[in-house]
Amino acid sequence: MKRASIDIWVGIFVVLGVLALLFLSMRVGNLGGTKLQDPYSLQAHFDNIGGLKVRTPVKSAGVVVGRIESIALDPQNYQAVVSLNMDGRYRFPRDTFATINTSGLLGEQYIGLEPGGDEEVLAPGAEIRKTQSAVVLEKLISQFMFNTAEGGSSK
Amino acid sequence: MLDAVSCFLRAIGARLINAILRLGFAARFFCMVLALSGTSLKRFRLTLREIHFAGVLSLVIIVVSGLFVGMVLGLQGYETLVRSGSEEALGVLVALSLVRELGPVVAGLLFASRAGSAITAEIGLMKATEQLDAMDMMAVNPIARVVAPRFWGGVLSMPLLAALFSAMGIFGGYLVGVVLIGADEGSFWSQMQASVDFQEDILNGVIKSVVFGVAVSWIAVFEGYDCEPTAEGVSRATTRTVVTSSLAILGLDFVLTSLMFGS
Repeated sequence: MKRASIDIWVGIFVVLGVLALLFLSMRVGNLGGTKLQDPYSLQAHFDNIGGLKVRTPVKSAGVVVGRIESIALDPQNYQAVVSLNMDGRYRFPRDTFATINTSGLLGEQYIGLEPGGDEEVLAPGAEIRKTQSAVVLEKLISQFMFNTAEGGSSK
Repeated sequence: MLDAVSCFLRAIGARLINAILRLGFAARFFCMVLALSGTSLKRFRLTLREIHFAGVLSLVIIVVSGLFVGMVLGLQGYETLVRSGSEEALGVLVALSLVRELGPVVAGLLFASRAGSAITAEIGLMKATEQLDAMDMMAVNPIARVVAPRFWGGVLSMPLLAALFSAMGIFGGYLVGVVLIGADEGSFWSQMQASVDFQEDILNGVIKSVVFGVAVSWIAVFEGYDCEPTAEGVSRATTRTVVTSSLAILGLDFVLTSLMFGS
């Protein structure tokens, strides 16, 4: 085979391979996803974080406004400490409520922020005071069962 | 009786010693190839020819089988997931299984049987027809001129082929799952993007394919260079390349998986 045609085919091959890699990292992975602009961090304590993982999105009104940077256990009070990496464009009032929600019945969990009415906003590094733990389905079911059992015996 | 036993033991011992000898030579050969790689970088056209030989000519089989593997994954994954009512996770299933495991492994197996065997046969035939000896006589080092470019051609082609395989597979899964069956397109992509991590999944998949590329290319050039210089010897070396590199890929895959994903 002639030199030029070998060059062309190798060139096409390399371009295809690099395109496939780009497709994998941008479209399949979350590399090209939401880029956070000049991020700042926030802290939040939860009693139970359920199935939350690092890099899980933080949403407010359904819009991704940040991602979870790290998860650790506070050795003092045995609560989960979640540090959030927030988009610098969005600031939240100091009485913002952080809840752990599930998208759909079996979907993945995320942190939802519901802004309060405070005038002052959370400074970088501040802690979100008001939090609600993840809903553990088993607890909910057992509570419901106990309630029905008690209701039945009192009749 | 005693004679037969000692003969049997001697045969086992000879096989073992031979295997260890070959392993030692293979390791020395690997170092020689690395040390003599300067020519294949300086005269990059030699390597380019081998990328064409190993990579471009494997393109059709990789793309077609990637597409079909992805289509089967889409179909089977949908059938299984729809029973528990979680068919939104189809994208995650297809993407993770391709990027982490099937892409590098199946592309590596195809690469070993398509390109690895061809490399072994080519080098073995050059040895059988005494072309390698003739080069040596002309003060051209056959390892630098013939072996190293083929090795690097294989090593450079393999990650690109594995990435193409995974990308085509995901496209095939999309084609069957979303276009044909009608799973929700939005959740197919968004759940995939939410749970496929760049470093954890994609980069580890690429590292796997690089390791497989090195292993397959090394085995292929070694078997070719080491083969008996007869027609039968070349055919046996070609078979050995496919068998050994397939086993090497599967064994290495287990080791790499437990290193990368086992906690």
